[in-house]
Amino acid sequence: MIAGAPRSASLKVEGLTRRFSGLTAVDYVSFEVPPGAIHALIGPNGAGKTTTFNMIAGALKPTSGDVSLDGHSLVGMRPDEICRAGVGRTFQVVRPFNAITVIDNVAVGALSWTSDMAAARRYALDMLELLGLADKRNALPGSITLPDRKCLEVARALATKPKLLLLDEVMAGLRPTETDRMVATFRRLNKETGVTIVLIEHVMRAVMALSHHVVVLNYGKVIAQGTPEQVTRNPDVLACYLGAEELS
Amino acid sequence: MIARLTDGLPPRALALLAAFAAVMAAAPFFASDYVLSVLIISLYFAFVGQAWNLMLGFAGQLSLGHALFVGIGAYTSAALFTHFGVSPWVGVVAAVALSTLMGCVIGYLGFRFSIRGVYFALLTIAFAEFTGIMVDNNAWLGGSAGLFLPVKNAGSIDLLNLRGPPVLFYYMILILTGAALLLCRLLLNSKLGLYWQAIRDDQEAAEAAGVPLFRYKMIAVAISSALTGVAGVWYAFYYNNLFPESTFATGRSIELILGTVVGGVGTLFGPILGALILTPLGELLTELTSGLQIDGIKTFFWGFCVVAIVLFRPSGVWPWLAGLLKLDRSTGGDGR
Repeated sequence: MIAGAPRSASLKVEGLTRRFSGLTAVDYVSFEVPPGAIHALIGPNGAGKTTTFNMIAGALKPTSGDVSLDGHSLVGMRPDEICRAGVGRTFQVVRPFNAITVIDNVAVGALSWTSDMAAARRYALDMLELLGLADKRNALPGSITLPDRKCLEVARALATKPKLLLLDEVMAGLRPTETDRMVATFRRLNKETGVTIVLIEHVMRAVMALSHHVVVLNYGKVIAQGTPEQVTRNPDVLACYLGAEELS
Repeated sequence: MIARLTDGLPPRALALLAAFAAVMAAAPFFASDYVLSVLIISLYFAFVGQAWNLMLGFAGQLSLGHALFVGIGAYTSAALFTHFGVSPWVGVVAAVALSTLMGCVIGYLGFRFSIRGVYFALLTIAFAEFTGIMVDNNAWLGGSAGLFLPVKNAGSIDLLNLRGPPVLFYYMILILTGAALLLCRLLLNSKLGLYWQAIRDDQEAAEAAGVPLFRYKMIAVAISSALTGVAGVWYAFYYNNLFPESTFATGRSIELILGTVVGGVGTLFGPILGALILTPLGELLTELTSGLQIDGIKTFFWGFCVVAIVLFRPSGVWPWLAGLLKLDRSTGGDGR
């Protein structure tokens, strides 16, 4: 059911910095994601996670530093070019196209690699089936539930056939069972297509279950990185983000 | 091609559309000269409204200066005809080239420098106004005294030079309106149309999904200004006189889009329905109150209509009527 050939890419972020008039939102952040890996980006609110995503996806120009996909720098490219280079992203606050149907929302993503409307809609339907939204394909985004709109956001990003998928808090607001289903979907996707995934997530249940590697940001800086087990035992991370309570 | 046009349309929508087309095609045989002239103006507004709707309703780019493209089309073809005797069939090529070029200049400035929303609309107004002033001061184009096309014996039809009775212009604008409807339907169901709608609904999300914003917005402005330029040529040869202030004025641009606003922005049949409601009502009101000498009664009435629409049917009359006729959810030749 997961269509398409295997696709994967490595991501390298080097010294990435973004200043907003005096405030350094992202401060010399560096990390590397090997092809096919799943990395999580965690940290308290305002740590610079989404700003980092915006710079990777081209929505925001870095003040300095570099982002490269499979060794090719993405800095200076437009968001649509970066998308076609193989980076699919979702938005933290869902941004569906409200006046077109669910399937057409997803077809927009597929049109980045085909000009054939029928093929785009067929692929869109595959993505909707993957995320359990196929029965709502003819609905307008405004008439489906928020968890469904989150899935729609993911389906649209997947339809662009990304080599690297950037997921910005797609599991926030989902019920635990829905989270588990989403986690299972990403796992399968990653296993079957090899797609590299970087996710920003506060739902530790999902972070622990999915990611191979975790990068922790605080005040724009990387304060820790490692396996989920290492990171959750790191005293700095516990102090600034996770707190001392037990993890589920 | 035919399948792509009718795909997804319920049979009753097709039947209604065919009946409507038949009535419009037969209208000159039973309508009086006066009714015919009202229909001609209505269709003109329907056609330009369709062209304007392509930009705002499909691609989300608001122009309040569409009279500019009418004016460029009209003046180009009229000047070529009066000064050099160039046939409008040749003149239309130059007219469309110039109005498209102007559209692309405005689009380039707006989209390259991220002038969005109302600021983009202001840019379109500015271009329309200063072009009007330039024409006003250009003797070759008749200046403020106006440009007049030579009228030969009005009874005969000279197709080559578009000289003839109103019925000739009726069929021309009817064909243009029908063609624009088909074109818009084809475009809306293509990659282009889907990309436009994505840009209209959320431009950042569209860009993140691989839509090159600049290119697709430019295509929208180019097609819209080209179609409007064609309308300008028709306008010049129908009216036979052109005055800068009544051609390029912002009031003109507003008048061009009122029908679409009332009929339903972003719908395919809205521009036609809106023009066929507003124009005849406006004309009727002018006729009824002609003895009372009330200046601007039509404008006042149109303002009233827009307020009523905004308050009660913000998405326009057509979506509501389509729902009533059970034609909605058809994504169609006359639905959304």
